[in-house]
Amino acid sequence: MIQAFAFYLFATIVVASGVMTIGSRNPVHSVLWLILAFFNAAGLFLILGAEFIAMLLVIVYVGAVAVLFLFVVMMLDVDFAELRAGFARYWPFASLLAILLLSELGLTVGAWTVGALQPVRAAPTANGMSNIQALGEVLYTRYLYVFEGAGLILLVAMIGAIVLTHRERSDVRPQRVFRQVSRRPGDAVVNMHPGVGEGIEL
Amino acid sequence: MTAWFQSTWLGAGFGWFLATLILILLIALPLMLAVAMVIYADRKIWAAMALRRGPNVVGPLGLLQSFADGLKVFLKETIIPSGANRGLFIIAPILTFTMALVGWAVVPFGPNMVLANINVGLLYLLAISSMGVYGVIIAGWASNSKYPFYSALRAAAQMVSYEVSVGFVLIPVILWADSFNLSRIIEAQRGHVFGFLNGFGFNPLLFPMSVIFLISAMAETARAPFDLTEAESELVAGYQTEYSSMSFALFWLGEYGNVLLMCGMTSVLFWGGWLPPVDWWPLYYVPGILWLFAKIGFFFFVFSWVKATVPRYRYDQLMRLGWKIFLPFSLIWVVLVSGYLEIVRYGALS
Repeated sequence: MIQAFAFYLFATIVVASGVMTIGSRNPVHSVLWLILAFFNAAGLFLILGAEFIAMLLVIVYVGAVAVLFLFVVMMLDVDFAELRAGFARYWPFASLLAILLLSELGLTVGAWTVGALQPVRAAPTANGMSNIQALGEVLYTRYLYVFEGAGLILLVAMIGAIVLTHRERSDVRPQRVFRQVSRRPGDAVVNMHPGVGEGIEL
Repeated sequence: MTAWFQSTWLGAGFGWFLATLILILLIALPLMLAVAMVIYADRKIWAAMALRRGPNVVGPLGLLQSFADGLKVFLKETIIPSGANRGLFIIAPILTFTMALVGWAVVPFGPNMVLANINVGLLYLLAISSMGVYGVIIAGWASNSKYPFYSALRAAAQMVSYEVSVGFVLIPVILWADSFNLSRIIEAQRGHVFGFLNGFGFNPLLFPMSVIFLISAMAETARAPFDLTEAESELVAGYQTEYSSMSFALFWLGEYGNVLLMCGMTSVLFWGGWLPPVDWWPLYYVPGILWLFAKIGFFFFVFSWVKATVPRYRYDQLMRLGWKIFLPFSLIWVVLVSGYLEIVRYGALS
């Protein structure tokens, strides 16, 4: 009863916020609606018993990806007239995409209803085994190479991003913390005891 | 208690619902009181370190100062700037405050004294703390004012940066405890070092991680010396500039609630949670919840101490500390600890 209530609550909010993501005029609002959708999708995952995926969804998508989205979108100078100007040019392609997606959705639902897909438990784990353990045992044995490959691709992407944006600037003098900290009074100050009238040589 | 409610006429579903609701209130209401007292304690400690008296007028020793402040902000008018984005402007403080409260759902206060004993407790805490940044970003953007906006940008970069190293700091703990469940992490700390010291923090391999975690927690909650988001000499009051009355108070309470949660996390993950520090039987007569509160109190004192003594970081120094020092260090430590466990516990070499 309560599970059904939770499911309908989460599902309704996911769909509604998804619609609002597309529908809202302000891009910042769109991103915020998207975040709400992510969050409630995590709730749906929880109901399915996939608590690890749910938490990762919140940590990675809500906590990191969407923050960066928001970061970029907040910087935009939003001009609504300009946004709407390209509408006439893009709508044939956009509607083609929309029809494609819609037919895919229809196919999925159709395949489900005629029974082509065997309904399985959403998060099939052995009794008493936690999600994380089950995932780890598959990920680090059978799919090890795929997993490592994915890691490698991410590493290459990261290095690529750094290489593309990194520039050596010659006109700035950055703070060298190690040099500052390791500097001792003796390096800067010398105690001299000149005799009267002799002065010192620097 | 849940079982008792489920056995009454309410049935399994609604009995559970009602019991959980009562338990939530049992955590949230004392937490609010704790936050009020902790604000008072913070001001007293800060004052003492600056050789001042601190709040001492309202009530005996000024103990009721926070409540007087609460009443004051409650009676003031909430001003919403005309250029602000109304809905988001109001949602932001509520979000901050809520995120400070919901994290406590998985914190174990004693053996079997936990609201949600879930398998992914630690990940849940990470998720909640990563959600905390939204209150600040939304507030900064919705205020439609430049200083709050700068503050929001700073907050976003700062929290995302330190989240990364916090994640890596937690991995050695998870590896050692072999679980994401906070209750099991605490149990794994019983007699962890020499068989009688309770706490991962006593382990020389994990002690550096506890220090990094504490510092990252300060950065994550934007406490001094990392309070770049509300640096008054640069940004007026940061994202709170346009806020007044209760909406300001919610930010305030949320901030301290987050600090308490971080203190709780430090105690639970590194210093044994509700276990006494030494595994000696007379100490177990003291209820576990008191040990946890004592540890939280101690770490809160450390937070205040640092706030009172350490000058504010510059923004590039903050980023340098997060990305160039903590991240590589904790990454190396993950390799070190997992290598140690692989050899000693799982016998990789034998």
